[in-house]
Amino acid sequence: MQTFDLALIWAVIIGFGIIMYVLMDGFDLGLGILFPFAPDEEARDVMMNSVAPVWDGNETWLVLGGAGLLAAFPLVYSIFLPALYIGVFLLLAGLIFRGVAFEFRFKANTSRYLWNWAFAGGSMIASFAQGAVVGAYIQGFNTEGLVYVGGAFDWLTPFTVLTGFGLMAGYALLGSTWLILKSEGYIQDWAYKIAMPLLFVVLVVFAVVSFWTPFVDDLVRDRWFSTIQVIWILPALAMFCAYRIYRSLKMRREGMPFVATMGLFIFSYLGLIVSRWPYVVPPNFTLWDAASAPESQLFLLLGLLFVIPIILVYTAWTYWVFRGKVRADAGYH
Amino acid sequence: MDLDPLLLSRIQFAFVISFHAIFPVFTIGLASYIAVLEGLAFRTQNPQWVRLSAFWTKVFAVVFGMGVVSGIVMSFQFGTNWSNFAQASANFLGPMLSYEVLTAFFLEAAFLGVLLFGRDKVPAGVHLFAAIMVATGTLISTFWILSANSWMQTPAGVEFRDGAFHVISWFDAIFNPSFPYRFMHMVLASFLTGSFVVAGVSAWYLLHRREVDSNRKALSMCLWLILIIAPLQAVVGDFHGLNTLEHQPMKVAAMEGNWETESGVPLLLFAWPDRETQSNIMEIGIPHMASLILTHEWDGVVPGLKEVSPEEQPVVPVVFWSFRVMVALGLLMIFFGISGLVLRIRRKVYTSRWFLQSMRAMSITPFLAVLAGWFVTETGRSPWLVYGMMTQAEGVTPSLTGGMALFSLIGYIVVYALVFTAGVYYLFRVLQAGLEDDGTDEPDEQSERPMRPFSAAHVKFEYEPYPGIGDDMDSDPTRKGGN
Ligand code: HDD
Ligand code: HEM
Ligand code: HEM
Repeated sequence: MQTFDLALIWAVIIGFGIIMYVLMDGFDLGLGILFPFAPDEEARDVMMNSVAPVWDGNETWLVLGGAGLLAAFPLVYSIFLPALYIGVFLLLAGLIFRGVAFEFRFKANTSRYLWNWAFAGGSMIASFAQGAVVGAYIQGFNTEGLVYVGGAFDWLTPFTVLTGFGLMAGYALLGSTWLILKSEGYIQDWAYKIAMPLLFVVLVVFAVVSFWTPFVDDLVRDRWFSTIQVIWILPALAMFCAYRIYRSLKMRREGMPFVATMGLFIFSYLGLIVSRWPYVVPPNFTLWDAASAPESQLFLLLGLLFVIPIILVYTAWTYWVFRGKVRADAGYH
Repeated sequence: MDLDPLLLSRIQFAFVISFHAIFPVFTIGLASYIAVLEGLAFRTQNPQWVRLSAFWTKVFAVVFGMGVVSGIVMSFQFGTNWSNFAQASANFLGPMLSYEVLTAFFLEAAFLGVLLFGRDKVPAGVHLFAAIMVATGTLISTFWILSANSWMQTPAGVEFRDGAFHVISWFDAIFNPSFPYRFMHMVLASFLTGSFVVAGVSAWYLLHRREVDSNRKALSMCLWLILIIAPLQAVVGDFHGLNTLEHQPMKVAAMEGNWETESGVPLLLFAWPDRETQSNIMEIGIPHMASLILTHEWDGVVPGLKEVSPEEQPVVPVVFWSFRVMVALGLLMIFFGISGLVLRIRRKVYTSRWFLQSMRAMSITPFLAVLAGWFVTETGRSPWLVYGMMTQAEGVTPSLTGGMALFSLIGYIVVYALVFTAGVYYLFRVLQAGLEDDGTDEPDEQSERPMRPFSAAHVKFEYEPYPGIGDDMDSDPTRKGGN
């Protein structure tokens, strides 16, 4: 019966889920990172209103990612989470604080500044933790048999700190280009102003990570420099996107910076996957090692194929409902 | 002192899930109540139903939001603290939890927006449909998560090979032996929670003569429901217990505080079970009652804890006392259901002060009963994680140190304490503002914000005492006649 490779299908689905999450929650986390630097309180209102209707749905993708990993690649779930124990706690605490900040900030008068900080701090911590996860993934995990045997802070290295800050910068760029799309007047001017330096920071981190990665891991070096030369097309495309961001910012285009930033994310992400393929828990386990039983993968796949399209339609519909510019007074009270 | 990561993980799991659990039990009950109110509003066109529904939807939004943030934490607990268990049981639990996200969470998120903000945006029929969908979503969620939990209590449809559970029959695994009882018991518990809270809040408003007509309607509905389902819950609980006797006899032995397997066992009303001496320090009981309840025979044989070694016994005092708290509260609920009927016949149900005061106090009891019930179920399972197949010690994350577990435990306690005091505080503001604040002075912008739980409740965060509350009832602008 096994005419198709279930593990492979699941790898594609989970990969899709992750990039969906990164792109969608990325820009609202990014706005949180930029929050303390906003010109004034009215700008903050606009920033929050522009994501308020959609952030909750965005985070449901994270929940799906967690449950989906448990179902399809339990080994990833049961090694990543213990290895990143402290980081996961910080991530969740960050998400809790920023989640309730959405709700409470607009209801608060005197205590408003507290929720401003909860929103900004929560977003920063959550973004940093996610970036560190990417770095930890490149680094690999210390395992024995099917369990993690390393320490609580193995994941915290100069490299993961760099990827942590790198993702923060990336999300901030995504957030600023989103804001260009959704705002007008002085707020939009501000967004244009900060997008350029952010792009610069992102490119620097991108370059450093790219040069560093081959030293962190042999497989990657091997892949980039000897076996699969076509790989180079991915960073080339990423660079092209970066150029598009640069040009469109200069020309003060509204939609292109955001679209091109998403492109930058997608191609970097694909580059990462190709470098590591087919290892999902480096350095020892491939996606086939990590897969759950085929009958379990199949059982869930059947439902998923049916439901995911409906979810996508719904998500697209929400964004359609909330299209257009956002104003400070058009949200909460 | 050595920190035990297993013990700390258990405490942490108990803490985060108990915390999470109090929000869903309420939202499950309330969602169905709102759907009923919407249905009545749709059928009768009576604006009072709309006002009640609009008000309780606001409360719903706040509680639902807190359920979401605490629920996100839950979905990562299995991996962080119970990674061996996650790895071993993923073939079954993974699909269960994923189906919960796919079929329940996305459905709830989708229609919640329409329910909260769409009253003026969509036709009345669509709005009613949204309310029904949200209610359905919460019940679907209950279905999957309780199937997962019941499977841990009474595993079926799987075989253990190569270090993991493999599903051989999805049907047997999902509809495992304790699932139908647990599902019924939990759904009824949620409805009881919903009705006692609504009844309690309505009673409180009636005591202050606020929105008398609407709140009488609400109280009356809830009392009818309580009258029926409180006794029903006891019956279902009885069946649940009999089923447990069959599949987890040691849990029942702990609930009864019964050490020796013997016939004609008394029903203990009070005792102090002591694991050291493997006996009860003083006990007061009704002779033969436990045998009668559990075996439906005067001299029936009830299993005792000594059948297994002390290490395999659950924490007897916790199970024993939690069980008594739950049953006592259940009986109290039945009592108030019947009192409500008696007072109704005597036409005093809306005016009897002691009754209204008591109903107000009763609104906390379902939460206590639910937590007590889960403590019976979960501690009664220990030392097993998957009953008879995998112990807690086998399931815990191997790399977890006591220090890490302590750090996260304290962390969760601090985070929850901060965030949820604010949330509960805000909830009380909504209740304080009451039905009178029906949001009609707030124009349309609100209705453009779906998927955002709290913002449906546009009440200011800081304390602003409600002007109409006070002993001077005549100054209350909403006073309507009265008796
Ligand atoms: C009897 C019902 C019940 C029980 C025992 C649990 N839950 Fe729950 N959960 C719900 C009923 C529910 C709900 C009613 O469906 C919630 C409340 C608010 C919401 O969004 O859905 C929810 C929310 C909720 C969310 C947030 C969903 C979202 O983002 O919309 C997650 C991730 C979980 N739960 C996960 C869990 C896990 C892993 C549990 C056990 C180990 C658990 N829940 C026990
Ligand atoms: C009045 C008579 C009641 C009886 C005889 C009864 C019986 C039981 C039994 C035997 C269990 C444990 C089953 C097991 O672990 O296998 C249980 C669990 C539980 N009870 Fe009750 N119960 C009663 C009332 C209530 C009430 C009033 C509530 C809440 C409003 C409640 C909520 C729960 C919950 C949440 C659980 C844990 C989940 C489960 O296993 O179903 N119970 N009950
Ligand atoms: C929603 C209400 C629930 C409450 C209030 C609750 C309560 C508890 C408590 C008090 C413990 C500690 C038991 C002990 O230390 O012996 C515990 C443990 C545990 N429960 Fe639950 N539980 C709930 C639902 C669930 C569900 C739905 C699942 C799984 C799908 C689950 C899985 C576990 C696990 C894995 C542990 C840790 C191992 C253990 O100590 O038994 N629980 N829970």
